[in-house]
Amino acid sequence: MSEEFTLRVWRGDKTGGEEVEYHVPAETGMVVLDALHHIQHNEAPDLAVRWNCKAAHCGSCGAEVNGQPKLLCKTRMDDYVGQTVSVKPMQTFPIIKDLVTDVSWNYQVAKEIPMLEPTAPAPFNMQQIDADRVQEFHRCIECFLCQDTCHVLRNHEGQRQYFGPRFMIKIAEFEMHPMDGADRVPLLAHEAGVNMCNVTKCCTEVCPQHIRITDNAIIPLKERVADRYYDPVKILLRRLSGKKNAPTGSSHKVSQ
Amino acid sequence: MAHESYETLDYDIIIIGAGGSGLRAAVEASQVPGLKVAVVTKSLLGKAHTVMAEGGVAASFGNLDAPDGWQTHFYDTMRSGHFINNYRMAEIFAKEAPERVLELESWGAVFDRTKEGRIMQRPFGAHTFRRLCHIGDHTGLELIRTMQYKSLHSGIDVFQEVTMTKLLVQDGHVAGAFGYFREDGRFVLFRARAVVLATGGWGKIFKVTSNSWESTGDGAALAFRAGADMMDMEMVQFHPTGMVWPPGVRGILVTEGVRGEGGLLRNSEGERFMQTYDPERMELSSRDVVARSIFKEVQAGRGSPHGGAWLDISHKGPEYVKAKLPGMYEQFLTLADLDITKEPFEVAPTCHYTMGGLRVDPETCATNIPGLFAAGEVACGLHGANRLGGNSLSDLLVFGRRAGLGAREYVSGAPDFAPVDQAELEAEMDRVLEPFHRENGINPYHVHEKLQEIMTNHAGIMRSGPVLEEGLNKLLELKDQARNMSINGSRIYNPGWHAVFDVENMLLLCEGIIRSALERKESRGAHWRTDYPDELPEWQKINFVESYDGEGIRIRTEPVNEMPEDLAKLFTYGKAPGLVQQSGGKES
Amino acid sequence: MAQPLESRPQARPQGSAKPKAYWVEPLITMLILGVWVLYSLWEVFFHNNGTYQNYISPYFSPGVGKWFGWHLLDALYVAWVPFLFRFSCYYYRKEYYRGFFWDPPGCAQGDKPRPRYSGETKWPLAINNLHRYFWYLAVIVLIFLWKDAVQAFFFKNGFGVGVGSLILLVNAVFLTFYTFSCHAFRHMVGGKKDCYSCDGKPTASYKLWHKVSQWNVFHGTWAWASLASVWAADLYIRLLLMGVIHDVRLF
Repeated sequence: MSEEFTLRVWRGDKTGGEEVEYHVPAETGMVVLDALHHIQHNEAPDLAVRWNCKAAHCGSCGAEVNGQPKLLCKTRMDDYVGQTVSVKPMQTFPIIKDLVTDVSWNYQVAKEIPMLEPTAPAPFNMQQIDADRVQEFHRCIECFLCQDTCHVLRNHEGQRQYFGPRFMIKIAEFEMHPMDGADRVPLLAHEAGVNMCNVTKCCTEVCPQHIRITDNAIIPLKERVADRYYDPVKILLRRLSGKKNAPTGSSHKVSQ
Repeated sequence: MAHESYETLDYDIIIIGAGGSGLRAAVEASQVPGLKVAVVTKSLLGKAHTVMAEGGVAASFGNLDAPDGWQTHFYDTMRSGHFINNYRMAEIFAKEAPERVLELESWGAVFDRTKEGRIMQRPFGAHTFRRLCHIGDHTGLELIRTMQYKSLHSGIDVFQEVTMTKLLVQDGHVAGAFGYFREDGRFVLFRARAVVLATGGWGKIFKVTSNSWESTGDGAALAFRAGADMMDMEMVQFHPTGMVWPPGVRGILVTEGVRGEGGLLRNSEGERFMQTYDPERMELSSRDVVARSIFKEVQAGRGSPHGGAWLDISHKGPEYVKAKLPGMYEQFLTLADLDITKEPFEVAPTCHYTMGGLRVDPETCATNIPGLFAAGEVACGLHGANRLGGNSLSDLLVFGRRAGLGAREYVSGAPDFAPVDQAELEAEMDRVLEPFHRENGINPYHVHEKLQEIMTNHAGIMRSGPVLEEGLNKLLELKDQARNMSINGSRIYNPGWHAVFDVENMLLLCEGIIRSALERKESRGAHWRTDYPDELPEWQKINFVESYDGEGIRIRTEPVNEMPEDLAKLFTYGKAPGLVQQSGGKES
Repeated sequence: MAQPLESRPQARPQGSAKPKAYWVEPLITMLILGVWVLYSLWEVFFHNNGTYQNYISPYFSPGVGKWFGWHLLDALYVAWVPFLFRFSCYYYRKEYYRGFFWDPPGCAQGDKPRPRYSGETKWPLAINNLHRYFWYLAVIVLIFLWKDAVQAFFFKNGFGVGVGSLILLVNAVFLTFYTFSCHAFRHMVGGKKDCYSCDGKPTASYKLWHKVSQWNVFHGTWAWASLASVWAADLYIRLLLMGVIHDVRLF
C-alpha cells in the first residue's frame, strides 16, 4: 500500500501544547500505536506515549482517538480511512507530556479498598457459577479509560466524592466474592460514593475488556446500599431485630 | 557542565521491578515491622510483562489427575530443561508452588473451578498431568493484579516510572541504585542495604517477540556491569505460536492454552506434522520441539502463506472457545479480522523467554554480590535449557518470596548503609545526560532495530558457528556506533532518552548470548546448532558462566550440581514418577 | 462457562468509524421522551374515560376511581405508578440524565465543570434508590393489565380478536418483560447473595437470578418497546373513543 495516514497528535506538557500534524505510510492492519511508533522512530524520538505489551493486556496506552477514549494498540487505523486521526491524552488526568498523563490518583484510591477477608483458609471450596460472577471484573486491565470518560470525575471534579468505575468493579470483585467476610457497604455509601454515579453507562461503553461495569457491578452495589441505607422497611426490620449493621441478605457461609 | 542535584531516599530493601516476582518479594520483605521497603519500576504498577502470561500457573495439586505430585513436576521440569537446570531450584520450586498458588487464592485471585469446587487445571506442553491453574486466558493479569493490591496494602512505597541506570556497589557490598524519574528527568539515589532485582528478561532483542516494551534486561545488565555472574545466556526460548499476520501484530503471543484446550497444528498440506517430530505428545510437546518443528516445516516449503503453521481450535465449538480463550478470540477478531471459532489461523515461533540470567543461590536467591538478590526471569537456574509453559508464573511466586525472605534475613545481620562515592555519582549523571549534548549522533531507535536484525539473523532459533561469529562482529561494530547515540527534546518524559539506556543494556546482553552460544557446541533444548545437531552427554555436565569487568566479557564453565540419590532415582523408571505409582490408566 | 451476561466483542465494522456529533443521541431521546410526557399529561388531565367496549387503556387501569364511585380524573389514581417506575428505572435514568440534564450529554465530552453535581446522593434524585417499591406497585398494575388483555378478547358477542385485543396483548407481554428484567428485581431474587452454591447445589435463587440476568441485558430494549406499546394501546383506544377510527375485528 502506498497510501498514507494523517495524524494530529497533541504535543506539549503542563505549560500547554498544540496538535502537530504527522504523515505515516499505511500498512495492513496498522493500529494507532504503530503509527505513533513510526513517528517516534523517525520524526520525533521524544514523543511521549505509554505502552507496554501492544496486545491489549496491560492497559498502558489509553488515550482519546478522535474524541473517543481508546486503547491505542487496539484501535485500527483503517477504521478512520479518509479522516485525520486526532490523538489526545486522557483529559481527566493531569498532563505530564504529550500523551502521557499523571494517573497516580488511581493508585491512591486503590489503597482505600480493603482486601479480601477470607471466611475460611485456602483452598477454597467454590463453584464455577460463583466464580463466574466475579471473574468478569477480574478481566480489568486498569487502562483507566472508564475513569477518563466518567463525567463525575471528568466534568464535576468528583475525585473527592467518588472512586470511579474502575474501583466500583474492584469493590464488587471482593464484595461479591463467595468467601469474603468483610462488609464494604458503608465504604460504598460514603467514601467510595457509589451514588455519585448516575448510571449513564459511558464507562461500560468505553471498556476495552467489555466488562458490563454499570449493569453487573455498579447497579448491584447501589442496590446493596439501598438495602442498607434507603429501604425504610429493611431499616425498620433491622432496628427491630437489633441488628444494626449486619450485612443484609448476603450469606457468608463457610462451605463444608 | 552544570552541577546537577539529586534526591536521596533511604530504604532497607529496594526491589527493582514490579512484576510478579518483584511484588512477591516486596510483600515478603515487608513482613518484618519497621523494615522500610520500596519497589521501583520503570512502568506503572501492574503493567509489567507478567500480564502477558496467559495459560496458567503450574502447581502439582493433582485436582484432576490425582497421581500428580511434586516429584512429577520436578521430573517434568528437569527433563524439559535438559538437565542443565539447578536441581535444587527445581526441587524447591516443585515443592513450594502449590502453597504459593493457594496464597494467591486467599489474597483474592479467583481461579477457574472444577465440578468439585477446587482449582481447575489444564493440560500444557510437556507436563505429564493436567497442572496449570488458570483464569480463562489471563492468568498473568490475575497474578499481577492480586500481588499489586496485596503489596499496596503491605506498607510498601512504590516509585513508578523510574529508570535505573546504575547499581552501586561499595567495598564489595551493594549500596543502592541510581537513576532518574521519567516524569521530569530529575535524578534520584536510592540508598539501600539490600537490593532485589526482579526486572525480567530481554526478549526485545529480537524483531519477532511476544515480549513487551519493558523486556530490555535492565536489571541483568546493571548487575552484570556491577560484577554479578550470568549463566546459561545462550538459552533463549522461542514460543512456538506467535501471531503472524498482519505485520503490526507479528510476534504477539498466542497462548499455549489453545493447544492445551485441544488446538491442532497443521502444515499447508493439511497434515498434523507433529506426528513426525513427537508422535507421543503431538501438539503438547515441549516448546523447543514444537517451535523447531514449525520452523522446519516452513523451511521445507510446507508453511502457511505468511510463513507459519495453521493452528485450529474451531472444532471445539464457539461457546467453548469463547469461555476458555476469551482473550484469544478477541485478539484475533480485533487485530486480524479473524474468528478463531470458525477458522484456523497462522502461527509462527516468537521470542518468548530468556532462561539464562543472574546466577543465584537456590535457597536465598542471593547473587555473588553480597546484598544483591534476583528472582524471576532475570535469575537463572530453574529452567535449564528450556522452560516449561506455566512454570514461569510459579517461578515468580516461589523465588520472589525466597528473594524477599533472603533480603530480609540478610538485612537483619548486615551492616548499615554503605557509603556512596560522590564522584561516581557525578560521573554517572554526566554519562546519563551526555546523549543530549552529542551532535549528529545516531538515533537509539535505529540502533535497536539494527540490533534486532542482527540477533534475528545470527542468533535466532537456528544457529551455527560461522553465522554466530559474523553476528558477533556486526554486534561489536554496532556497539561502537552506539557510543554516539544522541537525542533531542527535554528531560520531561522523553522516550528517546530512555531508549538509549535500554539499548545499551541489550547490546551488552546480546554479546553475552552470542559468546555463550558459540561456546556450547551441541544442540540442547532451545539452543539448536546446525553444525552440532546432537545433544551430547558431556555438555550436560556444565553451565557457561559469564562475568564482565568493564572491558569485556569473560566466560568460564561451572559443573552442573549433581542430584542426590533420592532425586536421581526419579529418572530411572523410564517414565514420570506419577505414572509409575499409578497401577491403572489415567483417570478421565 | 462464561456468563451470558457479559457483552461480547462484535465483529469489527469494515470501513471507517464515522464521526458523529455527540448531541444527536441525547436530543432524540429528549424529543421522544418529551413528546411522550406531554402526551401523557394531556391524556391524564383532559380525559376521564379510557374504556371503549371491552378495551381498557393502560393509562386508566385499574380503574381505582370507579371502585369508589368517584372519578374526577380517573387516570390520576394509577398513572403515577408506571411513571415513577419508569422515572426511577436504571435504564431510563441513563436516558434522561443524558437527554435532559446533560450529565453527561455524551461520553468523554468536555463539559463545563458543575461542582454542585451530587449524583443521586441527595433528595429528590435519591428517591431513585427506592426503585424496588415502584417495582412492587408496577407488578400490581401489571396484573390488571393482563386481566385487561384477556378481557380484550371477549366482546359483547363472545370471543373474538380485534386489532385492539392484539395491541393490548402485545403491550402486556412487553411490560412483563420490562418489569421482570428490572435491575432491582434482579437484586431481590438473587443478586444480593454472594454465594449460590454454598448450600450445596445451585439454588432456585441462582436459576432465577441467572434468567433475570439474561433478560436484564435487554432491559433497555424492553423499556422502549413497552413505552411504545403503552403509547400505541392508549392512542388506539383514544382514537376509537373519539370516533376517528373504527376497531378492526379479525374474526
